[in-house]
Amino acid sequence: MAVDPGLPGAARTQLAVAGARATTAAALNRKGSGPRVQEGLFLALLLLAVGFALAGLAALLVWSFVEGLPRLDANLFTQGPSSLHPETAGFRTAILGSVYVIGGVIALIVPLGVGAAIYLEEYADKTRWWNRFIELNVQNLAGVPSIVYGILGLAFIVRGPLDIGFVAAAGSMTLALLVLPTVILAAREAIRAVPPSIREGALALGATQWQTVRRQVLPAAIPGILTGIILGVARAIGEAAPLLLVGAVTFVTVNPSLFEGRFTTLPVQIFNYAGRPQEVFHELAAAGVIVMLVVLLAMNSFAIWLRNHYEKKLS
Amino acid sequence: MAGRDITASGSRATDGRPRLEAVSPRYGEKAIFALLALCAAISVATTLAIVISLIVPSIGFFGEVPFADFLFGTDWAPTFADATFGVLPIVVGTLTVTAWALLVAIPVGLLTAIYMAEYAPTRVRRVVKPVLEVLEGMPTVAIGLFALYFARPLLEDIFPFLPWGGPFAVGVAGIAVGLMIVPLVSSVADDAMRSVPAGLREGAYALGATKMKVSARVVFPAAISGIVAAIVLAASRAIGETMVVLLAAGATPQLVAPWDFTESIQTMTAFIGTTATGDIATGTITYDTIFAVGALLFVMTLAMNMLAIRLVRRFREVYE
Repeated sequence: MAVDPGLPGAARTQLAVAGARATTAAALNRKGSGPRVQEGLFLALLLLAVGFALAGLAALLVWSFVEGLPRLDANLFTQGPSSLHPETAGFRTAILGSVYVIGGVIALIVPLGVGAAIYLEEYADKTRWWNRFIELNVQNLAGVPSIVYGILGLAFIVRGPLDIGFVAAAGSMTLALLVLPTVILAAREAIRAVPPSIREGALALGATQWQTVRRQVLPAAIPGILTGIILGVARAIGEAAPLLLVGAVTFVTVNPSLFEGRFTTLPVQIFNYAGRPQEVFHELAAAGVIVMLVVLLAMNSFAIWLRNHYEKKLS
Repeated sequence: MAGRDITASGSRATDGRPRLEAVSPRYGEKAIFALLALCAAISVATTLAIVISLIVPSIGFFGEVPFADFLFGTDWAPTFADATFGVLPIVVGTLTVTAWALLVAIPVGLLTAIYMAEYAPTRVRRVVKPVLEVLEGMPTVAIGLFALYFARPLLEDIFPFLPWGGPFAVGVAGIAVGLMIVPLVSSVADDAMRSVPAGLREGAYALGATKMKVSARVVFPAAISGIVAAIVLAASRAIGETMVVLLAAGATPQLVAPWDFTESIQTMTAFIGTTATGDIATGTITYDTIFAVGALLFVMTLAMNMLAIRLVRRFREVYE
């Protein structure tokens, strides 16, 4: 709208003020609850989504507990699998197998994961293409499907170059390779969070680089590294798919050992029971899930406690 | 980095200046460096081993089965006496499960992320975030059991008009996988939205925008690359998921329409999982088939992960 330039100044100002007033009034006094209802609906939608996720988790936990409760007794830990007496069958060999396999996983991932993380954070020259390649490679490995690690285990560890056969150690190595990227990424985060001034102080006092890492950086980063290791181990405990390929599915009735004889683990045994048609095995599978969940929730809570404790100490 | 510079440079001082080089050659330091580099090199060796273990048997496989027959054939019966190797049914099976999973995980995960990033008070966040992490770390075999014996009967009660058949249903498996990947979507998208600078939000509020407008029209578009990354990562996870589909989706390699919620199907991972458990002899065509399917699975997920890594890097670069 063009204003007639012939109007006197005072009138022009009046017109402008009136226009501004009208616009503001229109914007501010918009009666009606349209926007507010929309706001409410949107928040309700958000809460619904969060509720869905939490309800799904709650249903999973409650259902497993209710379904498996009748079988939660000593037999679960003292008896092996049995088709003849399903009402007293248990998870003894599977739990022992898991202990062996996870023991091997821990022995492998702690030195390898922490070593790789220290190299990438403290030693690697980021301008070199091979170091950037290693970094990208670790990120990519974290996204490789677990069953592909099973294929790797079958071709390289069970047969092929290592040729150790379908034994628990093959399961350990396969799972260790599977969770290594997770551990490396978490350990790197923890090491990166150590303030550079600590390193600079140590170096300025004449410490060598390894002395700096060993006595200053690592102690400060330990809680974060430990959290990463716990999460990696927790993942390994629940993982079944790659183990199917490296031999852990058979009906194992004798206690396993690391380097000879077939083995099975808790999640694989649960899968085995779950696939049978009889109802009694489903209860048994659910009881196995309870055992697994109790272990995992304990580890998770410890990791969360560790993180919170550490955060408080820093701030 | 800094340490090596101190020991390596500044030495050739012969003109009376104090010598700055290390007193001892420090072989220990070098050995430690080599050892740590070796640890990091293991990850590269792993990738190399995966690629070799997939490619070598695949070459043998494609020597017997033409590549086009494998990729575009619609009949999958590799273990039969009269074997056919058309991979399409199990690829479509995989994609169907992934589609149902994303149908659940995208809305639930993104809305959860918006709530966590923009609305949730710190106290709620401190509780909900670890709980979602518990869901993320849930063993997949537990989720499969839950899908087969809880979710399926429940869904049959809610939707009795669907043609429910045997114990397996692709849709049930898909929804269970969807629940499993919700935390992945929400945590990556939450990260992306939290790294949107506060200035953008404050600017929008100053112009009179409501909280919903700020979340949906300012923060969400600004974080879009991270959000797309979250979805791509979730899809890649769904494609690679094994135990849930083994338990809840069955083992019938058949081509089904995406809306056939109650059909039993086989996925690529389920094929590998069921076929490789028996003592199959090395060198047979069945043995090689596992690796050919594995190679296809690896290529699909690798492409998606590379894309996601690139997208995440982009939003980190823009705002940091």
